[in-house]
Amino acid sequence: MMNGSEPKRMKQGKLSAAAKREQNWGWFMVAPTIIGLLVLNLWPFIQTLYTSFCEHLGFGHYRFNGIQNYIDVFSRPEFWKATWNTIYFCILTVPLGVFIALLVAMLLNAKIKGRGLFRTVFFLPMICAPAAVTMVWRWIFNGEYGILNQMLGTNISWLTDSKWVMIACAVVAIWSNIGYDAVLLLSGLQNISKSYYEAAEIDGTTKVKQFFQITLPMVSPTLFVVLIMRLMSSVKVYDLIFMMVEDTNPAVTSVQSLMYLFYRESFIAGSRGTGSVIVIWTVLLIGIVTVVQFLGQKKWVNYDV
Amino acid sequence: MKSASMENSRKMIQVLTYAFLALGTIIMIFPFVWMILTSSKTVPESMQIPPTILPQEFTLKNFGDVMKSLPFVNLYLNTGLMILFRVICAVVFSSMAGYAFAKLKFKYKNLLFGIVLVQMSLPSQIFIIPQYQMVAKMGAANTVFALVFPGLVSAFGTFFLRQAYMGIPTEIGEAAFLDGCNEWQSFYKVMFPLTSSSVAALTVFTAVFAYGDLMWPQVVTSDVKMMTLSAGLANLRGQFTTNFPVLMAGSLLAMLPMIILYLIFQRQFIEGVAMTGGK
Repeated sequence: MMNGSEPKRMKQGKLSAAAKREQNWGWFMVAPTIIGLLVLNLWPFIQTLYTSFCEHLGFGHYRFNGIQNYIDVFSRPEFWKATWNTIYFCILTVPLGVFIALLVAMLLNAKIKGRGLFRTVFFLPMICAPAAVTMVWRWIFNGEYGILNQMLGTNISWLTDSKWVMIACAVVAIWSNIGYDAVLLLSGLQNISKSYYEAAEIDGTTKVKQFFQITLPMVSPTLFVVLIMRLMSSVKVYDLIFMMVEDTNPAVTSVQSLMYLFYRESFIAGSRGTGSVIVIWTVLLIGIVTVVQFLGQKKWVNYDV
Repeated sequence: MKSASMENSRKMIQVLTYAFLALGTIIMIFPFVWMILTSSKTVPESMQIPPTILPQEFTLKNFGDVMKSLPFVNLYLNTGLMILFRVICAVVFSSMAGYAFAKLKFKYKNLLFGIVLVQMSLPSQIFIIPQYQMVAKMGAANTVFALVFPGLVSAFGTFFLRQAYMGIPTEIGEAAFLDGCNEWQSFYKVMFPLTSSSVAALTVFTAVFAYGDLMWPQVVTSDVKMMTLSAGLANLRGQFTTNFPVLMAGSLLAMLPMIILYLIFQRQFIEGVAMTGGK
């Protein structure tokens, strides 16, 4: 009858009335979620897999065409460029962004006045829609009248020069995510017992050594979570790049991520078969990245604390 | 006993900490300040070189212009309703399922929970094309229902609230039974109120995510009256490519409601995100 107690089974494995009641309640309570997931996610997932082997004839009609979509997509330079752009975006933003976030978290963890205020400020971009935030950065990076060129005394077309456009996007990405990552890392830092540092002070250990011997190993589980989450969301990057670089901008090929290409392919060009191939490829990429991270974690993540 | 040099280096570190944080604060705040300043300049002034810092000729015309080209009342309403329904769905359905997965015994429980885990590990874009086709088939494109559609249930919410229910001792539920509650009453009268901080965190997470999401609203809305703030802004970018005062006014109007909520509920926002972190 009660939750948590062993199900009361009668002879021949039949449930008692109370256990039966509990079972019915269980099914009833998970039903909306499970039905929703089956209809909204599991079935669409199967459909996407199927669609990747079909030609889209328009109006939701499909014809099976084997691996033709895969051949088409994999033979397009634009696709490989988008794959590289996505990887390059991750390389530019994830290590540096998480490093800065760790630095900010450590500063916020120090004995300072106004910690709450600083935290509020750093976290601010997180709650603003990326579309709105990126619009502001477009203005700052504007090649002709933007304030950045004025401040640096440069004359760079940040958003149309294929050499610079990815750097500009990376700056916005790092700026947007520092606060979020720092808040997560801060909660990891706050779990480290002060007694470790007190002991290190008595031993006369330098601050730098304290960082490598105490802080880094102790915060490594949180750091791992932040890294993996940041990497997964960076592989899926879309809105930021879409808002920075419109699809008529000639520099778009230098910065177009896989999800950007997926959006253009599926919903602007209307080619859902090849769009499905691109999204499946992206999922595989996320899978590979995740597996590599989990294999690599044994080398540096410390769970002994 | 502390030596004078140690005291000095401690002071140095403190000064450096404040200096770095102040620098960081300037970098974080600057785009917002620049947005506000630009939004109240005239177009010629915004293009002046060297640029003016404060508006020489303060104007609110840009706000009027942006409201003429984008139906902001509709955008606020659509975004608000989308967030409201997504939060209600996530909280109600995920609480029920989370409670059942954590506290009730039923057949196929592990299998069903497996579906939740599979959905959580897949990125939402893999569902988008078929989800869009369903919406199109129902003739529901350009409706609030279409905006809410992928958020009708939440695998993450279910997983997250299951954790919350698992943290509540089973004896509390058993006590409710002894007081004559049935399964449902024990859930919503006794257990549900105990998860309020997790529910608040899920609310913040769902709202912030829905508010920022761009691809889904772009896909299911073509009528600008049915767009969300994010999709509307993307649309605005195409109309005013170089009129930055108007674009800044639009961005400011789009950010304002969430910033106000954030400043009021700061603690809930930051703790909510820290709790749901890792997703």
